[in-house]
Amino acid sequence: MDNEQITDTGQTTGNEQTANYAIKLDIFEGPLDLLLYLIKKNEIDIYNIPIALVTEQYLHYLKMIKALNLDLAGEYLVMASTLIHIKSRMLLPPPEEPEEEEEDPRAELVRQLLEHKTFKEIAQSLGSRPLLERDVFTRAAVLPEEVAASTEDEEALLEVSVFELIEAFNRIISQMDKKELMEIDLEKLSLTDIINEIMEKLTVTKNLNFEELLGGRKDRRRIIYTFLALLELIKLRMVKAYQTSNFGVIRIFPAVES
Amino acid sequence: MENVKAVIEALIFASDTPLMLEKISVILPEIEKTGIKEVLDNLAEEYNLRQGGIYLQEVAGGYQFRTRPDLSQWIKKLKSTKPHSISPAAMETLAIVAYKQPIVKSEIESIRGVDVGAPLKGLLEKKLIRIVGRKDVPGKPIIYGTTKKFLEVFNLKDLLDLPNLRELKELNQQQDFLEQEFEEKENIEEVPDL
Repeated sequence: MDNEQITDTGQTTGNEQTANYAIKLDIFEGPLDLLLYLIKKNEIDIYNIPIALVTEQYLHYLKMIKALNLDLAGEYLVMASTLIHIKSRMLLPPPEEPEEEEEDPRAELVRQLLEHKTFKEIAQSLGSRPLLERDVFTRAAVLPEEVAASTEDEEALLEVSVFELIEAFNRIISQMDKKELMEIDLEKLSLTDIINEIMEKLTVTKNLNFEELLGGRKDRRRIIYTFLALLELIKLRMVKAYQTSNFGVIRIFPAVES
Repeated sequence: MENVKAVIEALIFASDTPLMLEKISVILPEIEKTGIKEVLDNLAEEYNLRQGGIYLQEVAGGYQFRTRPDLSQWIKKLKSTKPHSISPAAMETLAIVAYKQPIVKSEIESIRGVDVGAPLKGLLEKKLIRIVGRKDVPGKPIIYGTTKKFLEVFNLKDLLDLPNLRELKELNQQQDFLEQEFEEKENIEEVPDL
């Protein structure tokens, strides 16, 4: 949901009750939450919900959400149809000879609302507990010096996943000078060229990190092509990517020593 | 042994994780477990009386020294780490998993009324919940449960230490749907804790 503040001007209906909404949509965690809000706002007895009133207001909210072009999650529509279904069932006259004891059409919804409400309250009470690293702290298990020392240790190499590569790629893109992004690059690049370039560099130097692979030419297209070439090479098992620790520098090695 | 209290205090201090009574018992085999428990209670009481910067908390099945909650503002200045931020959506999802575990995604969604894919993923990443197994029904949905880290983060001794768990169970039984769920939950394939 969007963070926008929504104010109903009351144009859609002359109803006094619906005239002055000022709600923040992100406070609604789905249709059940919206229903609970309506029940609270109208001071309704949860065990005896006036379905017609609630349905009307609920649909009014959906209209507002739509009018603002916000994404309307499917769950809201499912709930709307449930409400209308219940409403229509309640309009039907009860069967003259009830075969079984007829359950109130609202019962299932009330059960759901009550359970949802219970867990909302529990979540609040959980959140108000003294939380580790927020309210209470333990003795730090690892000294900062130890962390620094271990990253310098080149011995322990971890194989990195594609996700970490993508992260590294994102980091470089975000570090790029914004102005450079605007420049139009007329240099024609092909993936094959870049792949050959990388393999050539790797035969000279036994390992390289991503920035060294770029060789100081940090335009957007080159970064992307280098990245794609790297993914291709890893897929073909021609190179291997390692890092010394989590979030450490990723280094590229040739897969086979030539 | 005169210095048992000092030894136990030192053990808890030196341990990186909440120290279990069983572990203390292995280190100090000559002392009865009830004796160790007595010393632990005694220690906790001492820290309470002293009203110093730290206290002894029984958490996640063990004992751990923690800083007092009212001192957090100063500790935060010392540590540059970002505090745990759990969104309301994730907190509600976590509450449902904690109280109704073992539970599958669709059951959580029927309570929350919305898709819980994103909060579940976040909770898994934070290691507050874990995959317990797969339910033996069509589609083999993943079953979720809370982790030991959940107890540590939320300052809980064990799951029974969760606030109002008993009241909630009673409420559920009145409404007669917990029992149905227990019947369903019998067919569970266990997956070891990773």
